[in-house]
Amino acid sequence: MPPTVGVVVFPGTNCEYDAMTALQRRGADVRPVWHHERDLDDLDAVVLPGGFAHGDYLRPGAIARFSPVMAAVRSLAEAGGPVIGICNGFQVLCEAGLLPGALQRNAGLTFLCQPVGLEVASTGSVLTATASVGQHLTIPINHFAGAYACDDATLARLRRDDRVVLRYTENPNGSVDDIAGIANDRGNVVGLMPHPERASDPLLGSADGLVLLDGLLASLPVRV
Amino acid sequence: MRFDARVEVTLRDGIADPEGATIERALPALGFEGVSHVRAGRSFRLAVDAESEADARAVAQSLADRLLANPVLERATVELVAG
Repeated sequence: MPPTVGVVVFPGTNCEYDAMTALQRRGADVRPVWHHERDLDDLDAVVLPGGFAHGDYLRPGAIARFSPVMAAVRSLAEAGGPVIGICNGFQVLCEAGLLPGALQRNAGLTFLCQPVGLEVASTGSVLTATASVGQHLTIPINHFAGAYACDDATLARLRRDDRVVLRYTENPNGSVDDIAGIANDRGNVVGLMPHPERASDPLLGSADGLVLLDGLLASLPVRV
Repeated sequence: MRFDARVEVTLRDGIADPEGATIERALPALGFEGVSHVRAGRSFRLAVDAESEADARAVAQSLADRLLANPVLERATVELVAG
């Protein structure tokens, strides 16, 4: 049996079908996970997709982190299960403390929706494990609050432990150290602002996101 | 007793504030000279039922730190007014 990936749906999430479709086309079983669910035992991995969870009221992710599903997401992450936050999902993971730092409003104070150049900075995460360091990818971003920010000690730790997984080749939003994606210390929790599911077929303009989605699926057990 | 609280959330020193910077850059065009260090923030008002001012302040500060502010970027200050 293929691995099963759950895609979390908060009120206001809007990228769940893109994420599910892209993962399904790469061979995963997928199912949506409503944010009130508390039992994720059937899942091998969880994706928190993009959107505007709870309207992004207060701050992106500030309310979503208190949704009932987040306790189960935390348990899965602590057990080593892959948890991927894309865009709004990255913001949720930071607010929930599953990843360090925060996403601030873009330096130019404009909503950015465009393809960006990325460089794989580390393969020490479930998302980048099958990519190669220095590999260039073109994947769209679509956000208003994507400028990664953290204190100097956190940045030093991220760099020392090889936890910056993706960097922008031309920083679009004022992110510290050109950071587009980071991982936790075990590499099983990853947050990134670009949308790999939107770069999952040449028809979409780029299939560069596939190496990330395939990396995630390759990290999962095949159920017999 | 009910206490009215005002919570102010501002960016920590050293955190870039593009909104404040944009406002500051607009001021000379309006004829305002000599204004600097503009920092944007948010203000919240809430009523807290508590036994004492200290209790109300503690509740407001706690919820401000846990929810209203993201401690990575922001700090929250609480002001109380007896209702």
